[in-house]
Amino acid sequence: MNFYRSQVLVCGGTGCHSSGSGELVKSFKKEFKNHNLENEIELITTGCFGLCELGPVVIVYPEGVFYSRVKVEDIPELVEEQFVKGRILKRLVYHESMDEDKVRSLNDVEFFKKQERIALRNCGVIDPENIDEYLAFDGYKAIEKVLLTMTPEDVIQLMKEAGLRGRGGAGFPTAMKWQFAKSAVGDEKYVVCNADEGDPGAFMDRSILEGDPHSVIEAMAIAAYAIGANQGYIYIRAEYPIAVKRLSIAINQAREYGLVGKNIFDTDFDFELDIRLGAGAFVCGEETALLNSVEGKRGTPRPKPPFPANKGLFAKPTILNNVETYANVPIIILKGPEWFSTFGTEKSNGTKVFALGGKTNNTGLVEIPMGTTLREIVYDIGGGIPNGKEFKAAQTGGPSGGCIPAEHLDTPIDYDSLQQIGSIMGSGGLIVMDEDNCMVDIARFFMDFIVDESCGKCTPCRVGTKRMLEILERITQGKGEEGDIERLENLANEIKDSALCGLGQTAPNPVLSTIRYFRDEYEAHIRDKKCPAGACQELLSYEIVKDICKACGICAKKCPVNCISGKPKTPYVINQSQCIKCGTCIEACPFGAIIKA
Amino acid sequence: MKSLKELAEIRKNTLENINLRKGREGYRIIVGMATCGIAAGARPVLTTIMEEISNLDLKDVTVAQTGCIGACRLEPMVEVYSPDGNKVTYIKMDPEKAKAMVESHIKNGKVIDEYTMTVIDGKVIDPVTK
Repeated sequence: MNFYRSQVLVCGGTGCHSSGSGELVKSFKKEFKNHNLENEIELITTGCFGLCELGPVVIVYPEGVFYSRVKVEDIPELVEEQFVKGRILKRLVYHESMDEDKVRSLNDVEFFKKQERIALRNCGVIDPENIDEYLAFDGYKAIEKVLLTMTPEDVIQLMKEAGLRGRGGAGFPTAMKWQFAKSAVGDEKYVVCNADEGDPGAFMDRSILEGDPHSVIEAMAIAAYAIGANQGYIYIRAEYPIAVKRLSIAINQAREYGLVGKNIFDTDFDFELDIRLGAGAFVCGEETALLNSVEGKRGTPRPKPPFPANKGLFAKPTILNNVETYANVPIIILKGPEWFSTFGTEKSNGTKVFALGGKTNNTGLVEIPMGTTLREIVYDIGGGIPNGKEFKAAQTGGPSGGCIPAEHLDTPIDYDSLQQIGSIMGSGGLIVMDEDNCMVDIARFFMDFIVDESCGKCTPCRVGTKRMLEILERITQGKGEEGDIERLENLANEIKDSALCGLGQTAPNPVLSTIRYFRDEYEAHIRDKKCPAGACQELLSYEIVKDICKACGICAKKCPVNCISGKPKTPYVINQSQCIKCGTCIEACPFGAIIKA
Repeated sequence: MKSLKELAEIRKNTLENINLRKGREGYRIIVGMATCGIAAGARPVLTTIMEEISNLDLKDVTVAQTGCIGACRLEPMVEVYSPDGNKVTYIKMDPEKAKAMVESHIKNGKVIDEYTMTVIDGKVIDPVTK
């Protein structure tokens, strides 16, 4: 084994990959060669660190120096300074604000301080394509403990004590699911992993699979042992190519080591695992639709009951858990339920991973103990709202969830508290909105998504959501009528009661929750034909303020539809009937003479 | 297929390698690698130290480099921090001395006084002339 004095970790998650981390690795290799440092410094590609906003991210150990937004052009200088001269290249070091000292180690970054990384324990630490590194962090020790010292009943009992709840959205107790499938009668049983992450803006599961695929494989083997299954399927969308690739590598390595296959650890337990690729339909995240898709049928939901625990895949007893749920399992087995319940609240143990997006300074992947308040997530971890704007609301649970307004900023984030205020935990998308976001437009966006993704099997979802979208579009275009809000509420409640699957039943949630907290915005659109946030294009007009206009004519030159006219020395005018409200003139005006009204 | 024993072996070996990322607890060796240090021959000293640590199979040792320590005429300098935070500074090092230092100080915990500074009347005396 080589002795390295330093290790360079380059983030290879999808975020950093698309901002060019692959090129960085090549460039590092080249520079190390130039300086004859190949045998002194080890270069490792890892999974997501969570700070995708600042990608590509590079961390240098043992110092733990955290470099952000590194470009290929920076590499020669970085290598020269950091590795040849032993100095930190200050200009690339992540800094939290201008007046603070730039040189910080990863552990001092505010973004990471409030986090508790359990599901993400190995993400950004190990090389996901190297099973040995997973093994080094107690990998496959949990399955060893389970197979050699525990009965299936013990495993389920332990999971029950830990109180792990499903991280995919609804928060159903994992142990209960396993118990149902174990008690169900069947000659064959299956374990399935739901990696069909479909919420707009959510990427927790992708990051886990990219950063720590073995933890999911190990957990599925444990689940299989607990319920008496020998075959597992991971259903993952084909749009996650890096995750699919690393998962395939991981399964092959596990098979080589005999951790997947026949007679694992010389016991009579066999476990086989296969990947099934999905085409990226939102509805296939619904469990019964997912099972149909794995079977090779059209991805549409089945009525429940029978539940998958009794009649799931190929009509056999099946458990279906989400990626993040599985990622929690091995460490719970190893450290025990008491340890796990030290995190979180009374009814929601552990942590939850959120994909923090929208209007915060730090967007990325965060894992927090349950019970952390939204305020802490947005302001402490997220670093607040950019450009001094006001926080307006946060959307959790994507198209199935709801919004949390400023008055509930101090609500602890757990399953039950979120449900009380009309939202859901969801799979973990968390979109922050500021005063410039129109809540009616947000509701319209999610409804548009649902209409696109509705599978069409049941009428309430297929037709009902379409009608809701039409009303919302009307409102955002200034054609709303009195009674539209009530019509939306009626339709929403009927869809909730009558749609076939969970996705249809929850589809009206964003509308209901925005009406609940921002009814005044709906009313302003309908009665005054105004969008208070200034986001709905059709309700806006652009005007030139006569007193400020210097008649320079720049706006007229930039206008793409030539609807601004004027003469020297007299203020310019916008022809409202031709204006397409693109906003180019506002940006072009050097005097700030053009306003949105 | 790997046996349980083989897996334990892999765990142990890989962890030693990965430890760098978790922070090692033992000795921390710092080599001055500013222009002055490099010109005086710090690089062979650094590589020798690393080779020797690997040869002797020493665990929990961090090797890092630093900029100018400030006494350029005494370069190549090597500073060894023990786990309790105490520091020993070796001066005018070369690969041979570095090898001896790793064996004596890092492996056996015995500081080689001969390679450290000698101060007479507040002035560091060049070890060659002492």
